[in-house]
Amino acid sequence: MLKRTSNLARPDEVYNAIVDAHKGLDDEQARAFDARLILLLANHVGDEAVIREALAAAAAPAIDGGNGVV
Amino acid sequence: MSSYTYRTYPYVRPAELDGKSVRRPVVIVGAGMAGPTLALALAEKGVPSVVLDEDDTVSLGSRSICQAKHSLETWDRFGIAGRMTEKGITWTEGEVYLRDKPVYRFNLAPEPGHKFPAFVNLQQYYVEEFLYERCAGEPLVELRHRNKVVAIRPRADGVAVDVETPDGRYTLDADWLVACDGVRSAVRHMLDLPYPGEVFHDRFLIADIRLKGDLPKERRFWFYPPFHPTNSVLLHRQADDVLRVDFQLGRDADPEEEKKPENVDKRLRQMFGPDARWEHEWTSVYTFTCRMMERFVHGRTIFVGDAAHVVSPFGARGGNAAVADADNLAWKLAAVIAGRAPAGLIDSYCSERRAASVENIRHSTRATDFITPKFPASRVFRDATLALARDFPFARSLINSGRLSVPTAHTGSPLDTPDRDNDWAGGPPPGCAAVDAPLGDGWLVDRLGRDFTVLTFGPAAAIPGARSVSVEAEELAQRRYDARPGTTYLIRPDRYVAARWRTFDPQAVQAALDRALGKEPTC
Repeated sequence: MLKRTSNLARPDEVYNAIVDAHKGLDDEQARAFDARLILLLANHVGDEAVIREALAAAAAPAIDGGNGVV
Repeated sequence: MSSYTYRTYPYVRPAELDGKSVRRPVVIVGAGMAGPTLALALAEKGVPSVVLDEDDTVSLGSRSICQAKHSLETWDRFGIAGRMTEKGITWTEGEVYLRDKPVYRFNLAPEPGHKFPAFVNLQQYYVEEFLYERCAGEPLVELRHRNKVVAIRPRADGVAVDVETPDGRYTLDADWLVACDGVRSAVRHMLDLPYPGEVFHDRFLIADIRLKGDLPKERRFWFYPPFHPTNSVLLHRQADDVLRVDFQLGRDADPEEEKKPENVDKRLRQMFGPDARWEHEWTSVYTFTCRMMERFVHGRTIFVGDAAHVVSPFGARGGNAAVADADNLAWKLAAVIAGRAPAGLIDSYCSERRAASVENIRHSTRATDFITPKFPASRVFRDATLALARDFPFARSLINSGRLSVPTAHTGSPLDTPDRDNDWAGGPPPGCAAVDAPLGDGWLVDRLGRDFTVLTFGPAAAIPGARSVSVEAEELAQRRYDARPGTTYLIRPDRYVAARWRTFDPQAVQAALDRALGKEPTC
């Protein structure tokens, strides 16, 4: 089961570490960085069912966060 | 038209102009929130001070409005926090909206049993008015309006301060000069000290308006609301039916255009609807900076509050940090002046409050980066977090609209005695703020503050140089301090824990007290 509640002891620290890691990357570099990061984390998670659940959740944004695209 | 009537405080011709000059232990520059707080905290410890203020009224504009619990506890020692709570708007909860939907709600005080709430919203002019009134009734505080510092001359054992008044100039000789003169500190400029930091480019519009109706008491923050779809909006309620609306405008906004009443009204009409009626109180278009001095202590000159460090407004960390600075410094200055502690104790003001400032700036910068992303990937992650927030609780905890001010820990301060017992499962460790709890007919916080306190869970136990408070039966206090019979805390005058033990050992307590006063450890 994909965890829905917070699983991080220091959520702000982790969020900022991820965002800051993208500093200075152009769009293409950022996509490549994210791809490597996702693969690393997916391997760490290890559970295919959980990964597929996360893929579905990411594909269907529940609510538009940004400027326009729903 | 302001709902607040600005009083003019009288100028009194200083005795120094007629040749009556005495050396002052402490001269404070600036009568904002920090200066009078410091003066009153010094007075309760028997130290007289002179506060120099260049004008003759309180803060123009509501400015720092969110008065945090720890600040209220400090002001309560001077007997003015009750007035603040009565006049202001008490709140503990905040709600974050995405577009028109609430996505995240936080409660800053989930448990009852504290004398003061998480926050009281009260305009800075009221806070200053109450402080000034209290100063007027305090013989050890001399608040001098229309006394402007024009030059300072640092000396080895003090500072000479040249002051300009409507009747001419005079010089004050001070053992210690404390600059509480704000972000544009004249004293800092006179000493030619740098103020390094980061400048943020997004512009914000503060519209303080008077609007009657069923107003929310809680803090509200919107990302992309329908009434301001491209940016964020923050809403706070203040005393006298005044609302603080803070619109994020973006980098390209023209401050002169945005300030025009018709343009502000247009934004407000979109927010409150065509039928709402309001009066303008105060309008300000601002950008902000995060800055911090390298050192807060320069010889006999000490910097406090915005003069020493400044943050963005998200998180209520400006005014409250200034009050915490004042409370941290007051007991140290008093101990040094009384000869109870070596002058080196003052350096710990810098190390402890600089650590607090680093943390405040870190929080403030992060909130700012979340609210106004600086580069494409940070916007992508921010918007992804918001998009997941409705269905995934973990994402809600990542939404950062400002992590609100709580007392900053200074773990590892040389003044603290590290835990010797290893069986603590809770309670505030050394370097953290003491926690309030009901005590008898009152509150624990009522018993802390003027001097060091030995708090014992069990029969009262005393050492010379500290007051004694005993807790026998109060369950909540016992739980909050992870106490068993015999548990003992040494609490500093600024209500921070200096040391704690499972049993009362007078020698250990005495050694911890000496250490907290900056003396060499005696055992």
